[in-house]
Amino acid sequence: MTANPPDVTPDIPAHTGSRASRILGVAALAAIVLATLYGLVWSPADVEMGDSVRLMYVHVPTAVFCYVGCFITTLASGMWLWKRTPGWDVLAGAGAELGLVFVLLALATGSLWGRPTWGTYWTWDARLTSTALLAVLLVGYLALRRLDLDPTVRSARVPVLGLLLVPNVVIVSRSVEWWRSLHQRATVTTLDPQIDGDLLVALMTGFLAVGLAFAWLLLHRFRVGWLEYQAQRIDLDEAVAARRAEAARRTGASAAAPAATSPEPAEAVGS
Amino acid sequence: MSAATLAMTHAGYVAAGWGATFLLVGGYAVSLVLRGRKLSRQVPPEDRRWS
Repeated sequence: MTANPPDVTPDIPAHTGSRASRILGVAALAAIVLATLYGLVWSPADVEMGDSVRLMYVHVPTAVFCYVGCFITTLASGMWLWKRTPGWDVLAGAGAELGLVFVLLALATGSLWGRPTWGTYWTWDARLTSTALLAVLLVGYLALRRLDLDPTVRSARVPVLGLLLVPNVVIVSRSVEWWRSLHQRATVTTLDPQIDGDLLVALMTGFLAVGLAFAWLLLHRFRVGWLEYQAQRIDLDEAVAARRAEAARRTGASAAAPAATSPEPAEAVGS
Repeated sequence: MSAATLAMTHAGYVAAGWGATFLLVGGYAVSLVLRGRKLSRQVPPEDRRWS
């Protein structure tokens, strides 16, 4: 028989899953299967772009959900500055990590889409460059969170950088309007989308799949962050208790030391 | 279709894009589950509010 670790209650599973996250996970998997069928099988090839249009079904949703991750980080950073409750700080970190995963996917799929469409994997276009800068900013934000800073300094600097993410997202989003760009303008955010039929359905299915996957990942990343926070708190409590015990032991030893080393008055007189 | 032919067509780019997406999202999901299991053993159940 294998013994349970001493700090785990046997009837409570040690993981970040719950009934809600399992339902969400099943829904996400079903949506991913549906999106894959729509994107790779049922959707027709585009008249101009051919089969490369199938990259749009992953590129556009991952780019949009990268923005969502940044919005979550900025919102949670603001709430952390206001409320100072650890949950907001954990949520800010979770949003940024997901934002980085999805911005990297958007850059990779966009690059692969650009090669057959524009003839190049990369160009220093306004949209591409600003997206790359957003990725760098997210890496910097996550690196700053990991630095072993004084808590006062950390709590002042990290959320301020988090607040800067949404202005960058606005720059990325509007870059195709503000500067001349190879990248196409928005086609689905208007009330009259410039894409129709099966392609639009496939794209919407892609949004559903990526959105549900994003929600599942965010839920688990938040719980992992919460566990990291709790583990650090427990370590800190144990370190403080150890220091107090050490201080008490030394105080006791120093109080006992004069009595043990100094001679008894009677002995001193008698000798 | 050979790998070289696939790489020359749009299908190669499509496969690479979708494959990268599945790999990165799947790998990240697995890493989150593993990190969660490891950390859960260090934290008492009353601090795991979802349990």
